Amino acid sequence: MKRRRWPLLGMLVFGYAFLYVPIVLLIAYSFNESRLVTVWSGFSTRWYAELLRNQQLLDAAWLSVRIAATNATLAVVLGTLAANALVRHPRFRGRAGFELLLTAPLVMPDVIIGLSLLLLFVAMQQGIGWPAGRGFTTITIAHITFSMAYVAVVVRARLSQLDRSLEEAAMDLGARPLGVYRMITLPLIAPALLSGWLLAFTLSLDDLVIASFVAGPGSTTLPMVIYSSVRMGVSPQINALATLIVLLVALAVIVAGLSMRQRR
Amino acid sequence: MALPQPSRPAATQVLSRLVNIGIPYLWLGLFFLLPFVIVLQISLAEPALAQPPYTPLWQWIEDGLLQIQLNLQNFLLVGEDSLYLSAFLNSLQVALISTLLCLLLGYPMAYAIATAPERLRVVLLMLIILPFWTSFLIRVYAWIGILKSNGLLNDFLIWLGLIDSPLTILHTQTAVYIGVVYSYLPFMILPLYANLTRLDHGLLEAAADLGCRPFCGFMRVTLPLSMAGIVAGSMLVFIPVVGEFVIPDLLGGPQSLMVGKLLWTEFFSNKDWPLASALAIVMLALLVIPFVMMQRWQQRMEGGRP
Repeated sequence: MKRRRWPLLGMLVFGYAFLYVPIVLLIAYSFNESRLVTVWSGFSTRWYAELLRNQQLLDAAWLSVRIAATNATLAVVLGTLAANALVRHPRFRGRAGFELLLTAPLVMPDVIIGLSLLLLFVAMQQGIGWPAGRGFTTITIAHITFSMAYVAVVVRARLSQLDRSLEEAAMDLGARPLGVYRMITLPLIAPALLSGWLLAFTLSLDDLVIASFVAGPGSTTLPMVIYSSVRMGVSPQINALATLIVLLVALAVIVAGLSMRQRR
Repeated sequence: MALPQPSRPAATQVLSRLVNIGIPYLWLGLFFLLPFVIVLQISLAEPALAQPPYTPLWQWIEDGLLQIQLNLQNFLLVGEDSLYLSAFLNSLQVALISTLLCLLLGYPMAYAIATAPERLRVVLLMLIILPFWTSFLIRVYAWIGILKSNGLLNDFLIWLGLIDSPLTILHTQTAVYIGVVYSYLPFMILPLYANLTRLDHGLLEAAADLGCRPFCGFMRVTLPLSMAGIVAGSMLVFIPVVGEFVIPDLLGGPQSLMVGKLLWTEFFSNKDWPLASALAIVMLALLVIPFVMMQRWQQRMEGGRP
């Protein structure tokens, strides 16, 4: 039995190396002094300093963070409602359609979502005059539409594992349904809400394609700045930015993981 | 659901239905379903030098006459022009081959994680999810520095003495495959893992008792039982890759034209909204079958949950 695990272990090591070597190299070369990303010429933090002086990039990052936070908060609300619907109402008219609409955004190519939402916003602007321009609001709406599907998946998994006896006990003691949900159910699914929020936040922070379609002329998000700078060639500033993002994400995932474990 | 429903006052039940089902339904209907209707409508319009850049489909002309003009030119163009046809074929080919590659690499990994000791499993799984949380754009960008002709991979291979002159990998189809497998591997591993951890090992033991050797046990027990995971993972890779834009744009070259990139160019560079819409509609039609397949198997997977 032991001997047969070797090929499997080899695959595992290869797979993890494949996933992590590019990220490690990216981080290593962010401390490279040379402008040429692939030639090592000495340790330096100058790209981090230049990054912090790049006003265009900082503005875009601030816009992206605001969009991501708004998106994550609203996506958690909508995604949790959808998860409630699927777990607590096993039978309702149009359930199949509901599930279809909730799964489709998970796999739908970004170009299709982006184009279709832009055309909707243009048609709405012509028809009812809202949204008047494109930018923060339109990007946030677009992001909520696909993020809520991811949140629903995470919350649904947690909600369907939930032990209902606590809720029933509270109900027997005279609590009202909304009170039960607020005082019993929500604290129990809180870890899932947190990871759903973080997931929605990073999905929004990461989106280039959909935002490019629905953004107006004045609203440039962080991925758009990264994309246009990457198109012009490899730049050590992007490596420095990538390192900061990887660090932040690793931190957030570890915190979320720990909080989940404590709750259990 | 076998759970007994606690008796609730009817009014709160109705309210709960209205809020939990109604609000998300309304949102998705308005911002996900309705837009497709508009895309279909605009794919039948003609491009025009106007704001927005297409002609209206219907017009009231005098005497209460409604004139409807449907322009099928865009779809004819997509069917006839070899550029569009080859872009679609190439997208399907890239999606199919990368799905197989992800499966070949992802299945053994998912299997190894699922059979690892409990404590290790959490860490291994976390390590699969972690890259998925970091920026997709930046992870694709990382490969540019590696695959360039004077990049790290070529330097490494020359240093090893395996090659004399640098290989051209960036801006080829190979680079697209590397980028796609790299970016989508976690989407393959996660459903496979979820499926394989639920596998009843008693079945494997029973097969072994009946004289089935480990390989036979894998082929006749593990593989058929993990079919739902295989289909779910494959569709999670295949469907979005067909419309992928970032990877072919940054890593691919002129040979690797894909629909997602073509749609982007028609929209942003040529400002031909109707043609871009027609491309989206054709892509949607191609993706309906894999999508329905995914839904079916997903329901089967949930139905089979112990």
